[in-house]
Amino acid sequence: MTTTKNEYPDVSSLVDEKPPGEGVVAEADVTRDGYHPSLSDRLKTGWGRRIILAIAVGVLIAGPDLIGDPTRTRQWAEYLCYATVAVGLDLAWGYGGMLALGQGVFFGLGAYSMGMYLSLEQVEPGQLPQFMSLYGDNDKLPLLWRPFEHLWFAGVAAVVVPALVAGLVGWLVFHRRIRGAYFALLTQATALVFWLLLIGQLKLTAGTNGLTNFSEVFGHNKYDPSTPEFLYYLAAGALLVALVVARHTVNSRYGKLLVATRDGEDRVQFLGYDPAKAKTIAFALAAGMAGLAGALSAPIIGIVAPDQFAVLPSILMIGWVAVGGRATIYGPMIGALLVGVLKTRVSESHPENWQYFQGLLFIVVVGFFPGGLAGIWRKLSGAVSARLPARGGSADEPSRAPQTLATSEVAS
Amino acid sequence: MRNRPGLLRLLLVLMVMSLIAAACGSDSDDDSGGSSDSTKAGSTDSTDDGSGDSTDDSTASGDTIKVGVLHSLSGTMSISEVAVKDAELLAIDEINAAGGVLGKQLEPVVEDGASDWPTFAEKAEKLLTVDKVPVVFGGWTSASRKAMLPVFEGLNGLLYYPVQYEGLEASPNIFYTGATTNQQIIPALDYIKEQGMTDVYLVGSDYVFPRTANKIIKAYAEANGLNIAGEEYLPLGETNVSTVVSKVLDAEPDIVFNTLNGDTNVAFFKELAAKGNTPEKIQTISVSVAEEEIGGIGVDNIEGHLTAWDYYQTTDTPENADFVAAFKEAYGEDRKTDDPIEAGYVAVHLWAAAVEQAGSTDVDAVRARRPRV
Repeated sequence: MTTTKNEYPDVSSLVDEKPPGEGVVAEADVTRDGYHPSLSDRLKTGWGRRIILAIAVGVLIAGPDLIGDPTRTRQWAEYLCYATVAVGLDLAWGYGGMLALGQGVFFGLGAYSMGMYLSLEQVEPGQLPQFMSLYGDNDKLPLLWRPFEHLWFAGVAAVVVPALVAGLVGWLVFHRRIRGAYFALLTQATALVFWLLLIGQLKLTAGTNGLTNFSEVFGHNKYDPSTPEFLYYLAAGALLVALVVARHTVNSRYGKLLVATRDGEDRVQFLGYDPAKAKTIAFALAAGMAGLAGALSAPIIGIVAPDQFAVLPSILMIGWVAVGGRATIYGPMIGALLVGVLKTRVSESHPENWQYFQGLLFIVVVGFFPGGLAGIWRKLSGAVSARLPARGGSADEPSRAPQTLATSEVAS
Repeated sequence: MRNRPGLLRLLLVLMVMSLIAAACGSDSDDDSGGSSDSTKAGSTDSTDDGSGDSTDDSTASGDTIKVGVLHSLSGTMSISEVAVKDAELLAIDEINAAGGVLGKQLEPVVEDGASDWPTFAEKAEKLLTVDKVPVVFGGWTSASRKAMLPVFEGLNGLLYYPVQYEGLEASPNIFYTGATTNQQIIPALDYIKEQGMTDVYLVGSDYVFPRTANKIIKAYAEANGLNIAGEEYLPLGETNVSTVVSKVLDAEPDIVFNTLNGDTNVAFFKELAAKGNTPEKIQTISVSVAEEEIGGIGVDNIEGHLTAWDYYQTTDTPENADFVAAFKEAYGEDRKTDDPIEAGYVAVHLWAAAVEQAGSTDVDAVRARRPRV
């Protein structure tokens, strides 16, 4: 009871102690005594990381040539959009501990922003989109639609509107200390409301049908064989931006604070930080990335319909992150890509029962590998380097890697 | 102790990996099979904008002609669409048994639209570009058709769409083999008027077909002195219908004009019956409930209610007797045929006849032949 300062460690020790440039999971390894670098850890050194990044960017750029087929290229562009969502969601859920079950709302806001622009791109200036002349009763463009005649506005709105909405929701919710399961339910309800709203406002949103018939996208004919490549690079660019932003965020002081908030919100507050602010920022960032991905998904998928943004797709987004591995940034990206490819390919080879495969994948991963693919990778590479000429003890190796993940539960 | 979970996990990893490998493996087979004769086609395509040459190439190169079958095999619409897929496969089998088209066997490529419009668009594109099919039979909801339309127009494909639709759309790349409103809804309204019913309550799924149909119904009502007692919409796939059913019962109309689609119908009729309604109290007339859906709804819940269609299983012609017999033989005695099933079946034969006349599966040639079929 005598000490006041010593009991509460200085914030800088909480935030700055760890070497910069290391992920959360790696930190657990570095601080351990008798540490034996595994393969995955070796790849995390400066050079290893640069090599991986160079390979990844190379593969991304060479993508369309490797894929070879315009249809498949377009599908990959779609998966890249999903990966962008997953990277953002990892910030909120993986690093921030916020189980956001309504990410489809932000994805949808972005998609509708761009969808409105694309719908107007198909018709002569001053004319109404096709669906409006069919179901609407006004012969003038609704006020809400007017600004979306401009591409720049649609693009900015696609990112800013979701971020603002998430910021507002987050601010209100986190200040009231709503978290864990309550936060998850609240976000899921948001997705349901959003879906009902889109369907109900037939005259504004084209209802269940959604906005479609984008044969002209950004001045390209959508069905020209070269267009998918163009869209692919747009999506790849967006993913790279999201990755850079996410990495930067995680490695910053703020990133450490976010993780600290996830693992001990009360303690962070005692230390004089505002956990609500930290969480709101991460939530808004995640929403912005989802919006960006949504905006690009509109021309890539070619249709913007409410069912894409309802409750189920939002849960699927959580699935991407879980499959890839939380709080790893690259894991969720790979998870989204993998689930996307599997969905397409399995549904083509087993059209009658592909959904069982997808369900099984989620059950197996979530039930038995809480660390996701990233966790498996860490374990495998740990096992490999244990077989290599060992320089230190590695007896307790399998148990150490996923520690940070396993202990930080959803409801923090 | 630690070994056993480790072993379990290893097994699971192997399971997941084999699953992934199975998926990728079967796919790469598809790809290599398709691409060996289609990579060249693809390159010629890209030079002249894919103007339908691809289909010629694929027919010229093999002993079979691939045709696409694209219906919802999962999700809310599967209650209706699976049977249409079965009918189309039956027609393909019949054509194959009779020697095929242009001396070549038809090879169906079945895809799942999953009651999801973007999936319909994606699978349609895949069928046209990867499998290079000259024709696709598929779709049910107007929303799925609207999602596929730009794909078929953009890639100059051919879609046979087997279900009644709301009109107000015509595409050179789509053959609508179902009824339009003047062939289904207007006759239904004429019947209502003939029966002396005046209070009509509109219940529908919230998408383009019911919305448009109800627009037409309201115009008809105004011109013919019918009264619209109410108008309610439920999201597609919704099964919580008690509010709407209560509203209907409170309004006590003479008849409910039902444009619900998919498994909402099951909930709707069950709820109506559970609340004590009988056709004698409040009659209903449905335009998306046919023989196939009755199994799911339950005969007791719907007996005595009305439907409006261009075809029934009991349609009394020798051709229909053959079709029904063949369908039951292929899929079981308890199976039924109905309007969209028949339309899907007929569509395949129509296309085959057009191809025979045109002497080619080329989309433009088939389209030009169609009026004489």
